[in-house]
Amino acid sequence: MTDLPTRTEKKLGLVIDLDTCVGCHACVISCKGWNTENYGAPLSDQRPYGEEPMGTFLNRVHSYEVTAPGQTAQTVHFPKSCLHCENAPCVTVCPTGASYKRAEDGIVLVNEQNCIGCGLCAWACPYGARELDQAEGVMKKCTLCVDRIYNENLPEVDRTPACVRTCPAGARHFGDFADPNSNVSKLTAERGGMDLMPELGTAPVNKYLPPRPKDSWDEESILAPFLEPVAAEPKGFLGWIDKQLSRLPGDVKDMEGVE
Amino acid sequence: MHPAPSVIIFTTLSGLGFGLLAWLGIDAAAPTGWAAFWWFAIAFALACGGLISSTFHLGHPERAMKAFSQWRTSWLSREGVCAVAALIIMGLYAAALVFFGAHIPLLGWAGAALSLLTVFTTSMIYAQLATIPRWNTPLTSLLYLTYAVTGGALLSGRVTAALVLLLVAALVQLVWWKNGDGAFAARGSDLGTATGLGARGTVRSVAHPHTSPNYLMREFIHVIGRKHAQKLRVISFLLMAVAPFVLLMLPFQHVFALLAVLSHIAGVAASRWLFFAEAEHTVGIYYGAR
Repeated sequence: MTDLPTRTEKKLGLVIDLDTCVGCHACVISCKGWNTENYGAPLSDQRPYGEEPMGTFLNRVHSYEVTAPGQTAQTVHFPKSCLHCENAPCVTVCPTGASYKRAEDGIVLVNEQNCIGCGLCAWACPYGARELDQAEGVMKKCTLCVDRIYNENLPEVDRTPACVRTCPAGARHFGDFADPNSNVSKLTAERGGMDLMPELGTAPVNKYLPPRPKDSWDEESILAPFLEPVAAEPKGFLGWIDKQLSRLPGDVKDMEGVE
Repeated sequence: MHPAPSVIIFTTLSGLGFGLLAWLGIDAAAPTGWAAFWWFAIAFALACGGLISSTFHLGHPERAMKAFSQWRTSWLSREGVCAVAALIIMGLYAAALVFFGAHIPLLGWAGAALSLLTVFTTSMIYAQLATIPRWNTPLTSLLYLTYAVTGGALLSGRVTAALVLLLVAALVQLVWWKNGDGAFAARGSDLGTATGLGARGTVRSVAHPHTSPNYLMREFIHVIGRKHAQKLRVISFLLMAVAPFVLLMLPFQHVFALLAVLSHIAGVAASRWLFFAEAEHTVGIYYGAR
């Protein structure tokens, strides 16, 4: 049955640091690669070299600009994938039971053998995390790389979602939100991790860390005291050299048009 | 939302079919023999035709039987269960009338209730979605039920009931449109809440994830049809309510009754097209579109 579990043992999910993300789309590519070659139907492309190419992606990076009066505009790159909501509306609407949320770790998955491709779960998701594969006719979504994180055939360092493993900026973190001492719980607490569209009551597990405050033009730089000239007038040996060199022709003071 | 023809045909025809079945079920002077056969044939053709059409948009129609399993949580599953139950009960009721001339009111009333319950479950598939504020209201169920009952009354030739219900349907439709136009803004979701960056300033989408439209944009951001939305609303309203009302008020002729039914169906289909084309999904926010 597509009832949601009342509670999950673990709450596996991602923390995405909007301060650090550089918008390189490496997570998009590694996700597409891993999830095309491994669990479930491959992520198809339509007209990849033709007009208006289209394809199935489980992770997409948007770019936004934030402007506030009196401040410089700020660009924020914004990766978005399934948030593995605690109150996942995509699960309960499923008529076949293909969509489910795992009681052991909270991952939201699709059993592709039971999916009829009606698309209702994609309608129910506020975030656009689910995409109906145009070639296979089944719903695809982020699996949190369930075939990596528990995979004992992989070296331990690789047992994280492909997007996290590949991020060159370290903007993505994977862990258990049910454990208050986990890396993701600590990051969320320290940096004020945010929910997306909290007003819809989906209770997302994934959290987004806001960009850190930027310098403003008005502020005195904390480096200013260290940048003052150490010696305005040369003394001693350097003073003597300065004096002798100044006697030679070609000194800047002699040049025309220069003060 | 993308207005898929299969879903528009499905909701229009099956709504009409189940509406007609409901009226046939509660008919105290139900037809028997061949007359009953033709009435039920029309009702079943509409109801089943709509249901079959709805499977055309599935990625895997051959697995459709699995959709009966999740009635505890899924309105789509409940719809399937109710539709089959309604068709079986009304089938037995119809068989008794057609072949034995026997009228079993209890069966008829049960079938009528199940028919309307089916229409209600259809409406809840849309009304349950918090992601589409325009649909996310009990008014959506009222709209679907009113249309079904009105269409059924028109089809079964109940002129007085149809006249009253046409007025009710017109009113419900106007209220639904009025309510729907303010629903998205009232929900308060925008790029600020969608990204969590709203407190820092005005957020604007500067680059989509990909250079050409993807599945999400094709499915959820349908802006082409909205250009003529107001004109289509007027056309739909005239065809659905005004024209049938005038035709029924004229001295009775079979051709007027037929025209009233056809006009009503065309109006409901146009309204259903708008129901999808005008619906804005929260995914559009992420693309800086509605």
